[in-house]
Amino acid sequence: MAILEVKNLTKSFGGLKAVNNVSFRVEEGEIFGLIGPNGSGKTTIFNCINNYFPITAGDIVFKGRTIKGLKTYKVCHLGIGRTFQVVKPLSRMTVLENITASAFCRVNSIREAQDEAFQVLEFCGLLKERGKLARSLPIGGRKRLEIARALATKPELLLLDETAAGLNPTELDDAIELIKGIRDKGITVLIVEHIMKVIMTISDRIHAINFGQTIAEGTPHEVANNPAVIEAYLGEGYAQG
Amino acid sequence: MRKRSIAFIILGVIFLLFPLVIHSGYYQHLVIIALMWVVIGSSWNLLAGYTGLVSFGHAIFFGTGAYTAGVFVTKLGISAWWGMMFGGIVSMVIGLAVGWICLRLRGPYFALATLAGGEIFRLIAINWEGLTEGMVGILIIQTFRSKIPYYYIALALAFLCVYVIYSLMKTKWGYYFLSIREDQDAAESLGINTTLYRNVSLLISAFFTGMAGAFYMNYMAFIDPEVVYSLHYISIMAILVGIVGGVATIFGPAVGAFVMVGVQEIFRSAFFGVAPKWISQAHALVFGLLVIFVIVFLANGIVGDWSKIKRTVFRIRESA
Repeated sequence: MAILEVKNLTKSFGGLKAVNNVSFRVEEGEIFGLIGPNGSGKTTIFNCINNYFPITAGDIVFKGRTIKGLKTYKVCHLGIGRTFQVVKPLSRMTVLENITASAFCRVNSIREAQDEAFQVLEFCGLLKERGKLARSLPIGGRKRLEIARALATKPELLLLDETAAGLNPTELDDAIELIKGIRDKGITVLIVEHIMKVIMTISDRIHAINFGQTIAEGTPHEVANNPAVIEAYLGEGYAQG
Repeated sequence: MRKRSIAFIILGVIFLLFPLVIHSGYYQHLVIIALMWVVIGSSWNLLAGYTGLVSFGHAIFFGTGAYTAGVFVTKLGISAWWGMMFGGIVSMVIGLAVGWICLRLRGPYFALATLAGGEIFRLIAINWEGLTEGMVGILIIQTFRSKIPYYYIALALAFLCVYVIYSLMKTKWGYYFLSIREDQDAAESLGINTTLYRNVSLLISAFFTGMAGAFYMNYMAFIDPEVVYSLHYISIMAILVGIVGGVATIFGPAVGAFVMVGVQEIFRSAFFGVAPKWISQAHALVFGLLVIFVIVFLANGIVGDWSKIKRTVFRIRESA
């Protein structure tokens, strides 16, 4: 059963259609990749899913129920966690406090929230950094913190927005392992990514968009060989290649 | 930790015994006013320091609390002490309205909206003579001739306010306030109803400030709009108390309150009559200089930068 269905999603900013009639289904338990060149509307789709922006037309269905127009925090309570491309650490709070704050999404007492936070920190490999202020973390740590914070809200579906951007090769491998680990916990992952190494190795299926419109969908192999995708990424001359 | 609790016990004993040992009404008065400022400063700090909503209009709540208590006497004939509780509640109701309007705005825009709000309330209080007696002000008869009962009421109120905020910051609400301060969008995506919790913070802050206002009415027995809705004497003073003591620290505003009331009094009285009279007119200038000093050297306030202060003092002593 599809955990998330995006149906004919359209989002306009004035006259600009940032997302135009995009549809896809994310199945439970898979890692679903969303790719496209810069400015093709990937993050906009994320922002529409958790209703950071109201959508112009179409529908978004989570576990068989429409979530269109639901407040952002309610979307989170229903079980959709997200990370931000431009990381938004709660800078002047420690790593532990960051995670504890989001763990309060499911529990009310400080003890339960901290217990949950410790588990998430361990899972994400941030246990050693727990006492540090979030702003003192390097970018790799901040990306991890974003993921950890989203995980602490106990999502069933996790939206990862370019969590691998800006990481060095070692950190990249760690990130891949982490995302696989999240899937193995039974959390469905919808990931936006630019780095092909990441998206091609971990995705079960990929949906490619350009100029806000669908250009391809399929397994990583199918999408990588799709002429429209190659054209979008490399230019027309390479499409026949 | 143990050293700390001993310090707190000693401090508590000093505060409890103070009016019994120091009989001078003048010093008792100063400490009562300082304790009232502990309440206002801590409330302001909850909203501005912890929730990130810098208010330039806390006079709205202080004045409303004071006028609630005052109007209770003049219009309803009920003891102004009832106003202590209802002053807080009426301020909360006003807080709801202020929040409904101002909390659509963020950062400096919120600050400006509250600044304007404070002026609106001052003008209403001046012009709505049927309710507030306008510029004539409200005069009531003090309940106690001694200052000691007022002292203990102020002390209890200050303790309650600081303790509530201290406890609150260790709960879900406290974490939510901090998250909202750090990044409202991130907080929202973490499942935090930011609109609700921003209002919660504002209402708690308004409640305690309103109670402080009602206390002021009871204690001073006279209010007029230019005092209790004053931008300079209330709204700005609340910010100074917070900044000087230490924003987003539990005891910062408490320390700030005593420092600011002390500084204000020293200058108002021209160094207790020793210095020439014109000094007393320069107290606003000194406030300005003090704030500049704090921002440059103690950006986190006296409490926030306490370790820095200790280090500096230690170094001076060593080199001497």
